[in-house]
Amino acid sequence: MIRLPLVLFLSAALFSTGVYGVLARRNGVLVLMSIELMLNAVNINLVAFGAALHDLTGQVFALFVITVAAAEVGIGLAIVILIYRNRETINVDEVNLLKW
Amino acid sequence: MVAAESAESIVKAIHDPSWFLRYSWLIALLPAIAAAFTLFIGKRTPGKGSVYGITALAAALVMSLGVLWTFVGGERGFYEASIPWFQIGQLHMEAGVYVDGLTAVMLVVVTSISLCVHIYSLGYMKGDVRYTWFYVVLSLFTSAMLVVVLANNLFMLLVGWEIMGVCSYLLIGHWWEDHVNSSSAIKAFITTRVGDVPFMFGIFVLVFITGFTTSNIPKISEIVSSGGASVGLVSAAALLLFGGTIGKSAQFPLHVWLPDAMAGPTPVSALIHAATMVAAGVYLVGRLFIVFLDADPVVLQIVAIVAGITMLGAALMAFTQDDIKRVLAYSTISQLAYMIAGMSMGPAGRTGAFFHLFTHAFFKALLFLGSGAVIHAVHSNNMSEMGGLRRRLPITFWTFLIGSLALSGVPPLAGFWSKDELLVVAEHEGHPVLFVVLLVTALLTAFYMTRAVLLTFYGDFRGHGEPHEAPRSMTGVLVALASVTVVAGFVGSPQLGAVFGKWVYFQELEEALFVPWVAVLSTLAALGGILIGYAVYRDYQARDPLRSLGGAYTLVSNKFYIDDVYWKGIVRPIRDDVSSGVYWNDRHVIDGVVNGAAAFTKVVASGVNWFDLKVIDGAVNGLANIAGFTGGLLRYIQSGNVQRYAVFLFTGVVVLAVIFTKI
Repeated sequence: MIRLPLVLFLSAALFSTGVYGVLARRNGVLVLMSIELMLNAVNINLVAFGAALHDLTGQVFALFVITVAAAEVGIGLAIVILIYRNRETINVDEVNLLKW
Repeated sequence: MVAAESAESIVKAIHDPSWFLRYSWLIALLPAIAAAFTLFIGKRTPGKGSVYGITALAAALVMSLGVLWTFVGGERGFYEASIPWFQIGQLHMEAGVYVDGLTAVMLVVVTSISLCVHIYSLGYMKGDVRYTWFYVVLSLFTSAMLVVVLANNLFMLLVGWEIMGVCSYLLIGHWWEDHVNSSSAIKAFITTRVGDVPFMFGIFVLVFITGFTTSNIPKISEIVSSGGASVGLVSAAALLLFGGTIGKSAQFPLHVWLPDAMAGPTPVSALIHAATMVAAGVYLVGRLFIVFLDADPVVLQIVAIVAGITMLGAALMAFTQDDIKRVLAYSTISQLAYMIAGMSMGPAGRTGAFFHLFTHAFFKALLFLGSGAVIHAVHSNNMSEMGGLRRRLPITFWTFLIGSLALSGVPPLAGFWSKDELLVVAEHEGHPVLFVVLLVTALLTAFYMTRAVLLTFYGDFRGHGEPHEAPRSMTGVLVALASVTVVAGFVGSPQLGAVFGKWVYFQELEEALFVPWVAVLSTLAALGGILIGYAVYRDYQARDPLRSLGGAYTLVSNKFYIDDVYWKGIVRPIRDDVSSGVYWNDRHVIDGVVNGAAAFTKVVASGVNWFDLKVIDGAVNGLANIAGFTGGLLRYIQSGNVQRYAVFLFTGVVVLAVIFTKI
């Protein structure tokens, strides 16, 4: 039995990596992938706590998160493609119309 | 004084007024409509608009004759009708007509003379620069005079009276390009205004007597005759009203404007300054006669004295005039004084005065229009440039001669009968001084008219060019007026029943008297004047024989220095000293106050401006600047960069997490 704190550390590391990716990377696809990392870190947490507490709710939630993540990636990639078509770039620094 | 019961018995409303009476207001309205038509479409009408005035006046004359016919037919009452005009407090104003025999006679005089002048002007004013305008004012004037005659209340009368004054001003200054004419117009207007002010106050006094309820003339007469007002008030009203008469009828001391009014076109002189407007003053006294009768007897004595001075003075001044129209102007002043003298002798004199007004209107219009024909022919007003026109202008000569004889009072022409009636009244009512003055004036009148006729029509022609008889529109009028002049006197002749006295009377019919010795005396005066005149001017060449009189001639030819006194004593001080004083006051006091107020306002305004700029604007701009500054700071957050937003988001989450963890 793997000890719960180790799993939580893994999850936190993954989440931090995701946050870094979301905040620092400029490639739109990598940003989406980083979001995916964060979601999966959450999934690990849910499953880990579900196992530790003998409760299936965590796993059910993880399944829901996976579904939502799939949908989110679908939409996100569609947006990235549209941005690329309009601007010939997927550098998120240059997509800065969301102001004022 | 006339007893009230007899007044009621004879002065009563006509029960069954004829069509002409009921529509008598149309008589005054028609010329006004004609004036409007001439003004607006006259220039586009064939004949340049003269047709409207002539048509309207012809219609008005027919209606006036219809009105007079009612009274010829033996009617003895009056017709009154009115509509409400406006109301101020208790004072009910009305617009209405009052028609009695006097009104009817005046209507016929005004419309017939005006029609003659309208027709005569076709020839006289032909080619004039303001031909259409001339007809506009002529028609408007006639309408105003008819309003005065018809008015049943004093305010309507005043309105007509003032419109006449304006029209007179416009027509005297008709040829205003010449400075003399425009200044004559101003002189006439201002001089008559001096009389109009007391006239207006007289009206106020009469309205005051009624307790500010009405200005209706019959009602005022009733109140005055029934003793509803104190003698002092009535006397004041009479004197003030007589001020208006002095101004309008050119009596001493306000007579100075009438000779200068001859600057206007001759038809105007005939209509306004001889036959009608100047008679309005006489008409006013006659219409409000009860006010004069019930006033203190001193009032009528003052009236008589003014008339006497004017009569003699004006007749003398006519002696030395070279301008033929000025001779006639002074003669008019003198004859108007004749009428006013008649007024001063009571009810019988009033009838005589109106009879003289009636005959005088015709022969004086005839004389003026005749002189117009002469002026038309020789292009000069001066008799020194006339002479010998008897053969060249035969129609003018004969008609002018008839007019002169009528004015001189030679029987059986019109002037004889009216003068004789006034003389008889003076003798009968016991006014010996006035009788003598009237007689002497008759002599003087005959003298200066003889002089005018001899200088104009006899001797050798002293002017330039070749004079020709006037066109038929002018001579036709002359012949018509001359015929009227011959017969007009008979309507008042005692031998023929003195019909005139049955139309115009005051409260009760007067018995027309004929005193043979008075008639003989007046005829002798007329013939004497003519003979003396003939003797003096028979051999006239260039120098007036009267000049040999020396100082007396100088005095008279300078018009008794009255004009000079007015000029030096009133006009010049006002123009130079008073006006410069007023100017100084204007420049220094009024302008100082105005400029001071402006400067003060400027100082206050600059303070307010400073406050506005610095404090109010500072506050507003300061708020805006603060908002702008903070906005400028905050806008850096809104970079549009999604990742930066995400940084804030996570930072916020971390902060919240720290806070909640600590709790």
